[in-house]
Amino acid sequence: MMRRFLSALASPQVIALVGVLLINWLLFPNFFRITWQDGRLFGSVIDVLNRGAPVAILAIGMVGVIATKGVDLSVGAVMAMAGAVAATMVVAGYPAPVAVAAALTVGLLCGLWNGFLVAVLDIQPIVATLVLMVAGRGIAQLITEGFIVTFNDPLLIFIGTGSFLGLPMAAVIAICLLILVTLLVRRTALGLFIEAVGVNRAAASLAGIRSRMLLFLVYGLSGLCAAIAGIIVAGDIRGADANNAGLWLELDAILAVVIGGTSLLGGRFSVPLAVVGAIIIQAMNTGILVSGFPPEFNLIVKAALIFLVLIIQSPMASRLVPTRLMTREGSK
Amino acid sequence: MSRSLRPLVATAIIFAIAYALAVMQFPSMFSTRVLGNFLTDNAFLGITAVGMTFVILSGGIDLSVGAVIGFTGVLIAVLISWAGWHPLTAFAMALAIAALFGGAMGMAIHYLQVPAFIVTLAGMFLARGGASVITQDSVPVNHEFYKWISEMMIRLPGGGRLSFIGLLMVAVFIIGALVAHRTKFGSYVYALGGNPTSASLMGVPVARTTIGVYMLSSMLAALSGIVFSLYTSAGYPLAAVGVELDAISAVVIGGTLLTGGYGFVLGTFIGVMLLGLVQTYIIFDGSLSSWWTKIVIGALLFLFIVLQRLIFAASTPGEKSS
Amino acid sequence: MAEAGYALEARGITKVFGLHVALDNVDFGLRPGEVHALLGENGAGKSTLIKILTGAYQPTLGQVVAEGVPVTLENPQQAQKYGIGTVYQEVNLLPNRSVAENLFLGHQPTRFGLVHRRKMEQDSRVILKRYGLDIDPASELGAHSVAVQQIVAIARAVELSGKVLILDEPTASLDRNEVERLFEIIRDLKSQGLAIVFITHFLDQVFAVADRVTILRNGKLIETRALDDMTRTDVVRLMLGKDVAFSGATAVEDARPLGDVLVEFKNYGRKRSVHPFNISIHKGEVVGVAGLLGSGRTEMARIMFGADAADEGSVTVAGKPASIARPTDAIAHGFGFCPEDRKAEGIFGDLSVRENIVIALQGKLGWFSALNRDEQMEIAGKFGEAMDIRAASLDMPIKLLSGGNQQKAILSRWLATDPDFLILDEPTRGIDVGAHAEIVRTINRLRDEGLALVVISSELDEVVAYSSRIVVMRDREMVAELNGENINPGVIVQAIANHREPAA
Repeated sequence: MMRRFLSALASPQVIALVGVLLINWLLFPNFFRITWQDGRLFGSVIDVLNRGAPVAILAIGMVGVIATKGVDLSVGAVMAMAGAVAATMVVAGYPAPVAVAAALTVGLLCGLWNGFLVAVLDIQPIVATLVLMVAGRGIAQLITEGFIVTFNDPLLIFIGTGSFLGLPMAAVIAICLLILVTLLVRRTALGLFIEAVGVNRAAASLAGIRSRMLLFLVYGLSGLCAAIAGIIVAGDIRGADANNAGLWLELDAILAVVIGGTSLLGGRFSVPLAVVGAIIIQAMNTGILVSGFPPEFNLIVKAALIFLVLIIQSPMASRLVPTRLMTREGSK
Repeated sequence: MSRSLRPLVATAIIFAIAYALAVMQFPSMFSTRVLGNFLTDNAFLGITAVGMTFVILSGGIDLSVGAVIGFTGVLIAVLISWAGWHPLTAFAMALAIAALFGGAMGMAIHYLQVPAFIVTLAGMFLARGGASVITQDSVPVNHEFYKWISEMMIRLPGGGRLSFIGLLMVAVFIIGALVAHRTKFGSYVYALGGNPTSASLMGVPVARTTIGVYMLSSMLAALSGIVFSLYTSAGYPLAAVGVELDAISAVVIGGTLLTGGYGFVLGTFIGVMLLGLVQTYIIFDGSLSSWWTKIVIGALLFLFIVLQRLIFAASTPGEKSS
Repeated sequence: MAEAGYALEARGITKVFGLHVALDNVDFGLRPGEVHALLGENGAGKSTLIKILTGAYQPTLGQVVAEGVPVTLENPQQAQKYGIGTVYQEVNLLPNRSVAENLFLGHQPTRFGLVHRRKMEQDSRVILKRYGLDIDPASELGAHSVAVQQIVAIARAVELSGKVLILDEPTASLDRNEVERLFEIIRDLKSQGLAIVFITHFLDQVFAVADRVTILRNGKLIETRALDDMTRTDVVRLMLGKDVAFSGATAVEDARPLGDVLVEFKNYGRKRSVHPFNISIHKGEVVGVAGLLGSGRTEMARIMFGADAADEGSVTVAGKPASIARPTDAIAHGFGFCPEDRKAEGIFGDLSVRENIVIALQGKLGWFSALNRDEQMEIAGKFGEAMDIRAASLDMPIKLLSGGNQQKAILSRWLATDPDFLILDEPTRGIDVGAHAEIVRTINRLRDEGLALVVISSELDEVVAYSSRIVVMRDREMVAELNGENINPGVIVQAIANHREPAA
């Protein structure tokens, strides 16, 4: 167990993260400085964890979907919906826990809807989730009636901006989810089944695995994670902005999963590495900000990152480099 | 009736009924003025949607078009207002850059064998980022040529006006339809969307066609950016955010199968008009809010996806694997 | 060998993939105006030879000669230029486009730079008429039957190539009338001087339409002969490699008492897949299934396991009626199934050997009683050792193992579920000698331990050795059940060939 943990530390994703952090440090020598103030930690690294949390949470949900050879384009819109539901309900006077529960339910239902389209109607995932991607934001605006619904509910604000043991709440939630979902997929047989379905659905069916339930589960989880991220983002800005909450974050989440080494063609997946992928993206964002480059560089750097990852993962590249490694291992 | 015609006919019928209902409620919607504005207001969406039709027919998707529109708008505004170029030279420049951009995406999709959505996603980031790096503000364009173009229009009886950009969209649709249905390139696009393995065995130049499709899509997005610039007389890096989704919706609602191989350019025209109708209706109604547009588009999208599933699923089992 | 007048010739073709010799010094000559059947079981090298003749592969050694001139075929388009056209089993056309476009794609007549659709459709009508098709060229190809699509594919190949036509299992999904119609076209093309290669698994069709036959086995040329002086039995014998020593070697099983009936299929069948059959399998016995490819043997295995649902008949397990609509039902009754296509339906290539072995057991246990890593290791290690799986580590991806070791892993997967009934579809195909022996040993061991097994195999000697009964499949139908002294390769060959001749 320990050895596996150590070998995971040597994975390319972790090395890349260390590299990005080092570059940030070179550009901004105070990058690693952490201070303790008002019972919580402050510093650029903490900031990376805090701001990276929503995408990390989306990635935790997305990784299972991608492992089954799918994709969930609707998570950004689901975030907006969940935020809108939570905000509107507390403003209408419901207790915050009820509002949170309702928002989570909405996220779960959205996920199950996607699961239904994919598993039962057998619609391509990218097409199926496009429906909610388009309509979801409209529904969110319908809920908020087009306004940015602001609130002062202490619980929601705590979820978005509070701290626990000195760490930002968003990061704490992300870490808890990471642990929970990792346990869920690795301590049960779910992870194995998801990978089996992603690698070879025909063989999985012959080996007695029911892929339909699994698909409902992974899309449901993705919707739930999106709702959690949506509540955090709403709490962070003390309001639900149906237009901009979670805008394009589905793409960041997919990118995080891909950086985390899960192929878009399904199969092997790693929840922790997807989270590392999300942190890499955020570390680059923060690095660009703190080193004084205009934030617009972000998009260009992200585009470059996608191409880099695609080239590394492409069949052409694997023909050049790792085959030698693989054959050596295989011929032993 | 051929299977591929059925969704198109469904769209046409839905459009006719919806329009009739709208006119019953607001008789003034049946006027040359509203129809003329229909064309003008949806010109940039329509032109992009033609490019998107080709991409989707070939079995791909292009998420970068909105960003290309934004980038083009900024680029030509800067070239005209700051660098003093003539608009036509600036337009040519924008189209050339877009061609290179689309070609590069097509090459990445074909040679790296990765899903189109992720490549064009990177393209989207690149184009948006590029536009924002040039400028973050809205850059106005004040040029004689712009004024001249905006005054160029055909007046219709009843107070309607056919603007240059509206006519340009119609021309793009006609040329697009000819290319799709009457050229070898068009037949290769359908072949690729139908079955890439068969297409390659039948001698379709797969690489050239894929690159050509994305090149065309980016160039039409750039043309759409030019139209948008003429329409707004400004360039703004965050212009046309989300237009890719509207374009994809228009294509699907227009009866093109999202997995490729079936559809018509003309259908996309009806799809664009249907989206325009929803918007116009909401404006006319006054009490309905703009977000209903998105919800209705989402509902239509769902309706057509399921409709296509029903029409095509039974008869082509296992044709597509990706 | 340099016989004059060959339209297309392969001389001394050898093709090596890695360490595997797919074709070993094969000669093949095709005359204009003949239909030449190319026969062999899976892995015999037919498809490799075809791919070399059509330019999809390049030979490692040897030459392709077109009309007496040595040629190098880089790709199918180039082969087309030399007049070589191919029609595949899966119609490789575009169902989403019109018939006319399928005929002319890439070569459409144009006018003013645009496709001249009317001319294209007129020309298509003329061409289609020659093939006896009176369909609207503007109609969508996918709207027509597979038979019509197949004819359109032939028309395209002939129009674009015109000298050599290679038909790769064109009849696999056609019914009897459609096949007859196709044959008329083939005979017609033959009379026009076309050289035609015909690949099929149906012997009746070979004798109905072919003039000569070339038989390959394990990458080697066995024989090229005129069909006039051959019987079906001769052909089957050559294909299966039994210079059948009619030793009369019957199965040793006769002496062994059979256990109770474990599984019984009554009138079990599925439309367009396999005709209803009746089989009962006892505990502690192996029922062998013999038949050529495409005879319905795999379909039979699939409906037994619920991979395809049966639409008629009934099944009882241990005397109780059972319903097997999907694999999970079958597994719940203690069934296991090793599919024929190991790569596509058997292994999970990217997953480890360990995971590949435990997956069916885990599937049976469900989501929440997960085997932990140590338990998985123990199970995989136990069965891996029993089956002698040669892997550097049980944690390496199974795709890096040899075919034989993959097959052992799939068999281990089912043994780990402690099954009562195993269905093995060609368990020994395409694997090395050592693994082959191991799997046969395992089949014997399992039978002696009281399992019921159904084993599909084209290795007749082997089936005869371990089976107590043999079911023979032909044309998607169970045509014979042999037992006792009827179990010898000669009788089986005759039953497969559908040719009752005295066992000479």
